[in-house]
Amino acid sequence: MEILIYGIINSVQLVLMALGFTLVYGVSRLPNFAHGALYVLAGYMTWLLVNRVGLNYPLSMAVALVLTGLIGAAMYHFILVRVRGMAISEIIASYAIGLAIIEGLRWGGLKGGTFTLPSFVEGSVSLLGVSVDYQRLIVVVAGLILVALLWLFVSGTKLGLGLKGMAQDEQAAMTLGIDSDRMAVVSMAIGSVLAGVAALVLLPLGSIVVEAGYRVLIMAVAVCVVGGLGSWNGAILAAFIIGFAQILTERYLGAHYQIVVALLAIIITLVMRPSGLFGRQKELEERV
Amino acid sequence: MSVVKQDRRKERVDRGIKVRTDGVYAVSSWAEITYLLLPRMVLILGLLLAPVVLTAFPYWQRVLSHICVYALLAIGFDFLANFVGLVSLGGGLYIGVGAYIAALLNSHYGLPPYVTVPVATLAGAGLCTVILLPCLPLRGVYFAIVSLMFPLLAPRIIEALDIFGGTDGIVGLDGFPSGWVEQYLMIGCVLIAVFALRRMVTEDVGLVFRGVKDNDQAVKASGIDITTYKALGVFIAAVLGCLAGACLAHIYMWAGISQFGLDYSIIPIAATVVGGGGTLIGAVIGCVILVPISELLRDFGTLRIAVYALILTGFIVYKSEGIMTYVTRKYEQFERWVEI
Repeated sequence: MEILIYGIINSVQLVLMALGFTLVYGVSRLPNFAHGALYVLAGYMTWLLVNRVGLNYPLSMAVALVLTGLIGAAMYHFILVRVRGMAISEIIASYAIGLAIIEGLRWGGLKGGTFTLPSFVEGSVSLLGVSVDYQRLIVVVAGLILVALLWLFVSGTKLGLGLKGMAQDEQAAMTLGIDSDRMAVVSMAIGSVLAGVAALVLLPLGSIVVEAGYRVLIMAVAVCVVGGLGSWNGAILAAFIIGFAQILTERYLGAHYQIVVALLAIIITLVMRPSGLFGRQKELEERV
Repeated sequence: MSVVKQDRRKERVDRGIKVRTDGVYAVSSWAEITYLLLPRMVLILGLLLAPVVLTAFPYWQRVLSHICVYALLAIGFDFLANFVGLVSLGGGLYIGVGAYIAALLNSHYGLPPYVTVPVATLAGAGLCTVILLPCLPLRGVYFAIVSLMFPLLAPRIIEALDIFGGTDGIVGLDGFPSGWVEQYLMIGCVLIAVFALRRMVTEDVGLVFRGVKDNDQAVKASGIDITTYKALGVFIAAVLGCLAGACLAHIYMWAGISQFGLDYSIIPIAATVVGGGGTLIGAVIGCVILVPISELLRDFGTLRIAVYALILTGFIVYKSEGIMTYVTRKYEQFERWVEI
């Protein structure tokens, strides 16, 4: 029972981490290697706003999310758009920006376990005989709400349909009057906000450390590769597979092996089914 | 008052001497021989004389060895990215594997450096190739993503299993007999690697490599197994990286998990982009520029990684051709404005 509940919680955490990455890749084919950096940045900005500027907690979270979204959009609009379509340059440029943010923060004094965000609600509840603190429940609820909102946004609003159109066929979308550069900026902004939301929900469970930037990037990439890059259903399914696999390894082998599971999952997926669980034939041609 | 605005464009024309030296007449006059040899000699003699010039500054002699370590990695990265089409973001893997194998052979079996370095180079390169083998069918983005993960995971595995000295690493290795041996060994390796690879990429096998990069389906259709060639490409890059790693272990007399570190993954990429991708020599030039900057910034800790990341972003976005391509163009061509 404990495995089931913690497995679900862990899987939803992975979904949260991967959602922004897979959205950006799906829409603009940009592997945003700065995803982990945006995650740490959002957490750190919230901490700064609460502890240095003195805003209250919900307000600083909102401000930090907006700022993260703007930073993501600016990053795309001013820098990444110039290397659009050159896969190698896109990877290197976004990875370099991410590194600059992460290592800049580390130099700026973000180290050690001193930076923490408070939980939204303290305390814990007993669920089917397993004690779960409220923050972890909030993670699950937030994950569900986020996926639902994203689905409504993509299939209900004009902007969302534009994003979907671009994800499916960029050139056809352009002939219908969808500005692909503007959509890419929008997707990047939303992706950054999603990274920020993940940070704000997950960080109260631990402390803000720069290493989380690399860990989140690895996990997001693992989930997306296993699920099939750009496929949302695949990403969610893969998050559950990897999430449960991690909890099982933690339980029976030790916590150190958790991250090894991600790598093994990737390698097994690549050998068995290179286009990922939900990859389509077209994607298969692109990647193999 | 009207200003007639004449449209002009810049035209680039090869210099006469460049055209003449392309053919068999290259050795027909001293001017042409000099034209051909000058740039090569600047690099070769510059590197060979550097340890002598730096005799008064032992610290900078050590930096020179670092430049060579990074240069070997960068040459491997450049070759793999621009000739085989596999962007490997995880150069730290090669360094780490090379360093650990050399360290284990030295500390456990007591083998001297002139045995451990070659063995670590070949065995390490083989090991890296096997590790990367499942990922080789992948292209572009996908390979980059997976290759990035290995050097990030290797330290975790070593920590988790507490093997090879765990977080302390393996200490007390033999050093090279003297600083001179160390530096000239490294410089020799860099020069051989650059010129050998430059020769190789113009041979038949180099043609296949470039075919794999440009259109792997066409190569497959010609009855050539692309995975074999990709594995060969990775092996060559890994040989250079593991050689650098094995030497690094003996230079520091230590091997530890920081040798899987980010420095070894990011500097070679930055150096290649700054120096000019696809030129091989550009990678060396990039290291000669970036590594000393990195040493000067050592007091600022991880800020230096942020600095190269910014230099890298600047170059890749605003000056993606790199220094070497730019200088070659100026050396071989002249430019003039023509009216259209």
